[in-house]
Amino acid sequence: MDFALTSEQREIRELALKFARNEMIPLAQEYDEKGTFPTEIFKKAWELGLINVCIPAEYGGPGFTGLDGVIIGESLAYGCMGMNTSFMANDLALLPIVIGGTDEQKKKFLTPFTQEFKIASFCLTEPGNGSDAGGIKTSIKDGGDNWIINGEKMWITNAGYADLFVVYGTIDVTLKHKGISAVIVDAKTAGIVLGKKEDKMGHRSSDTRGVRFNNVKVPKENMLGKPGEGWAIAMSTLDHSRPLVASSALGGAQRALDLSIQYAKERIQFGVPIAKHQAVQFMIAEMGMKIEASRLLVHKAAWMCDQGIKNTEVASYAKAFASDSCMQITTDAVQIYGGYGYSKEYPVEKLMRDAKLIQIYEGTSQIQRLVMSRELLK
Amino acid sequence: MNIFVCVKQVPDTETKIIPTSDGSFIETASIKWIMNPYDEYAVEQALLIKTTIPEANVTVVRVGSVKDTEALRTAMAMGADEASHVAAGDNLDSYSIAKALKGAIEKTGRKPDIILAGKQAIDDDCLQVPQILAEMFNLPSVSVIVGFEMNGTTVKVKREVEGGALEVYEIATPVVLACNKGLNTPRYASLPGIMKAKKKPLAQLSLADVGVTDADRRVKYSGFKLPPEKPAGKKFDATDAAKQKDVVAQVVGLLRTEAKVL
Amino acid sequence: MANVLVFTELHDGHVKPVTLEILGKLAGQSADIAVIGDISAEQIAILAKNGAQNVHKLKGANLDKYSPEGYANALAEFIKSKNYDYVFGGATSMGKDLLPRLSTKFQAGLASDVVNFTMDGGVFAGTRPLFAGKCLAKVELTGPKPHFVSIRPNALGMTPNPTAGAGAASDVNANAGEIRAAIKEIIKAASTKVDLTEANIIVTGGRAMKNAENFKILNDLADVIGATVGASRAAVDSGFAPHAMQVGQTGKTVAPSLYIACGVSGAIQHLAGMRTSKVIVAINTDPDAPIFTKADYGIVGDLFTIVPILTEEFKKLLGR
Repeated sequence: MDFALTSEQREIRELALKFARNEMIPLAQEYDEKGTFPTEIFKKAWELGLINVCIPAEYGGPGFTGLDGVIIGESLAYGCMGMNTSFMANDLALLPIVIGGTDEQKKKFLTPFTQEFKIASFCLTEPGNGSDAGGIKTSIKDGGDNWIINGEKMWITNAGYADLFVVYGTIDVTLKHKGISAVIVDAKTAGIVLGKKEDKMGHRSSDTRGVRFNNVKVPKENMLGKPGEGWAIAMSTLDHSRPLVASSALGGAQRALDLSIQYAKERIQFGVPIAKHQAVQFMIAEMGMKIEASRLLVHKAAWMCDQGIKNTEVASYAKAFASDSCMQITTDAVQIYGGYGYSKEYPVEKLMRDAKLIQIYEGTSQIQRLVMSRELLK
Repeated sequence: MNIFVCVKQVPDTETKIIPTSDGSFIETASIKWIMNPYDEYAVEQALLIKTTIPEANVTVVRVGSVKDTEALRTAMAMGADEASHVAAGDNLDSYSIAKALKGAIEKTGRKPDIILAGKQAIDDDCLQVPQILAEMFNLPSVSVIVGFEMNGTTVKVKREVEGGALEVYEIATPVVLACNKGLNTPRYASLPGIMKAKKKPLAQLSLADVGVTDADRRVKYSGFKLPPEKPAGKKFDATDAAKQKDVVAQVVGLLRTEAKVL
Repeated sequence: MANVLVFTELHDGHVKPVTLEILGKLAGQSADIAVIGDISAEQIAILAKNGAQNVHKLKGANLDKYSPEGYANALAEFIKSKNYDYVFGGATSMGKDLLPRLSTKFQAGLASDVVNFTMDGGVFAGTRPLFAGKCLAKVELTGPKPHFVSIRPNALGMTPNPTAGAGAASDVNANAGEIRAAIKEIIKAASTKVDLTEANIIVTGGRAMKNAENFKILNDLADVIGATVGASRAAVDSGFAPHAMQVGQTGKTVAPSLYIACGVSGAIQHLAGMRTSKVIVAINTDPDAPIFTKADYGIVGDLFTIVPILTEEFKKLLGR
């Protein structure tokens, strides 16, 4: 068993980390405070090939494996979890097309993302349906030549800047998840109304809004698979996207650890650096242990995907473990910094605020445990 | 047009340097290796020239051992066309390195029009190799360049000297140029670039292939040790008006003779 | 005893101090000077006082301005006509550029940036920093002679009572040879100050500055020593300086060789921005100010009296 990254993966990680340090970290604090969408940074990352990692080579993509993708995800999240949420949302939206699209759909919708800088949003959650995704109410009605979409989506990342929406709705609410279907919607289509930008605890540079669809007409050929196949596509997507989201938690946790070690060596209390106090040493040890375990889970989940092995419970392990660990690790980072950690002058309180969301989106830590137990008790 | 860029792989600036127990060198086992930062400006300048002369060939040459994240691969990922690697230890002296670089360049069969390198490598800080190389090739050289313009086969460069003044040189190629920070902004190696780099030619050579032996060493290092601990800070009482001038004079003197910062 | 040639540069007609440092350390060897162009009798006397036996003035066409090839050709021809074991020079801008070309003309080695050396039995053994000064190593030369050595300025220090030499001056016909890279023009340094993050010397004002106008005394000091002026968060928050000048956790991180903190308490946020400074000088009226735990040289006193005195002393030291 070879745990080592290939030399190419090391180069990819080097590039992504360099980008995170030089481009993201210097602006992370300011963008978080002001809630500035990182358009320029997003574009630069795209120019370097760090965005849309999921697009296959046949459609103009970089031809990355899932493992390459999580390596990039961790590195960019090291720079800023909030900005990375914006970057990753492209993959969350495009993955359903990669997984459930026809060859024409892939050429029509994926390839342009490799030729021009574009932003995408993935629309599943509704005001009344988050964890209970199977009960979504947005309707997709057969309008003869088109599908007609009506409904309200909530907490949509990149909504204010998206060129493309991938929308989950239902052809018949009574069919429950068997009615769920996915359609690709051009953001310029008439009838799409963006809500106000949400004022969030963390990931504040990420643009999150409600999106209302009022009789939005979408060409018939924009549906992914047949009506009712959306749920299967969504579930399959999660097996790919959960490791990716987990890698974001991993990157944030690593940053928190690095900052904690640096501070613990400098801050002197009771005559010695606090790194000499066992209470602090044990916190740092826990951080290191959890990060290593998170990384192994994230890498294995991604590797299984690449091997074509069903990875549902490992993907859940990775997402829940990495995000729960990140929450604990960033909280401890603030604790290690003490009073200074509580101040916005120091970078750790942002990490703690950012960590919280990763326990919530892409399937809450509680939903993950349902998935895990269901798989284990089959 | 044939452009050659000499790069070196060096320990990352954050690396903790630990002398070996016998003092013969430093511990290299857990070092993170990077492309010498000054060489990045050289690679970038070569690529900028290539933008104006697309048929130009940019070959990157390196003398040293094989480590993770090869500087040559990074240079090719940035856009260099091909590379030559002369396998050798990491503590060759400047003379041997320059001779090996010359041999590797000659082995390509292409006559150099412009040879670029960083002004110094941040491991041995010798600032010699580009000038030695120029002398070995019997070519003109300018070191510490912070400005570059090219007009046909004439190159106009600005060299930075003490005090921040700039010497302007105009030279006909072929020429050797040693680059300093501020010359340009090195581009990132893009991910597509990293993928393309895998297919670019990388010639592997030995020191014997380029005619370098132990007899070419001119400078010997030994007795590697950590610098002495900084002495504890000194505190001077300058509250007494009568003594103030003397106290300040004393500190200024120490800054020159003891701290050696002025 | 070794035959040594020391290449000398002049600055405004004055011999660069590094030459005198080298001469002092070469006591017991036979040391000659080579200079390109003319040199005053007064300077020759200084060289003699510090140990120079002969002062060779290399004169010829195309040597009025520095060029790596011209100077290297001229010196090489001269050295070939003599029998030197060693050629020393200062590791200055010129020295770093010239000496590697010159040594290669002899297929000889150059030990560069040496900070100390001995000549036991006429054999050079030096010490030099490596890895950006993170370690030191012993350096020796081997192979064809003469061996070349470049010495870091201000590292050896001046020898207090140097042994004088004869200082016999003579002209040498020097040949610049073919020069392909020549200086076309010299652009004087811009008067704009170096950015804090790049500055080699920084002077910072803290809350004790009391107002923005008082920063003038720091600017005066900075002008003399070529420093950039910074400010602590307390000074910026109080409106004494703009945020662009702030050094610290939410300001700029700096890494100068010399950092002079005036009226700065040394709060942890400030230290975060400047703790990698090589040498730290602190001026504060409070002897218990945290900055003194980090300062290499702490002066307990009122910055308003100390800083002007400091400016005067630096003027004297640097001959400004």
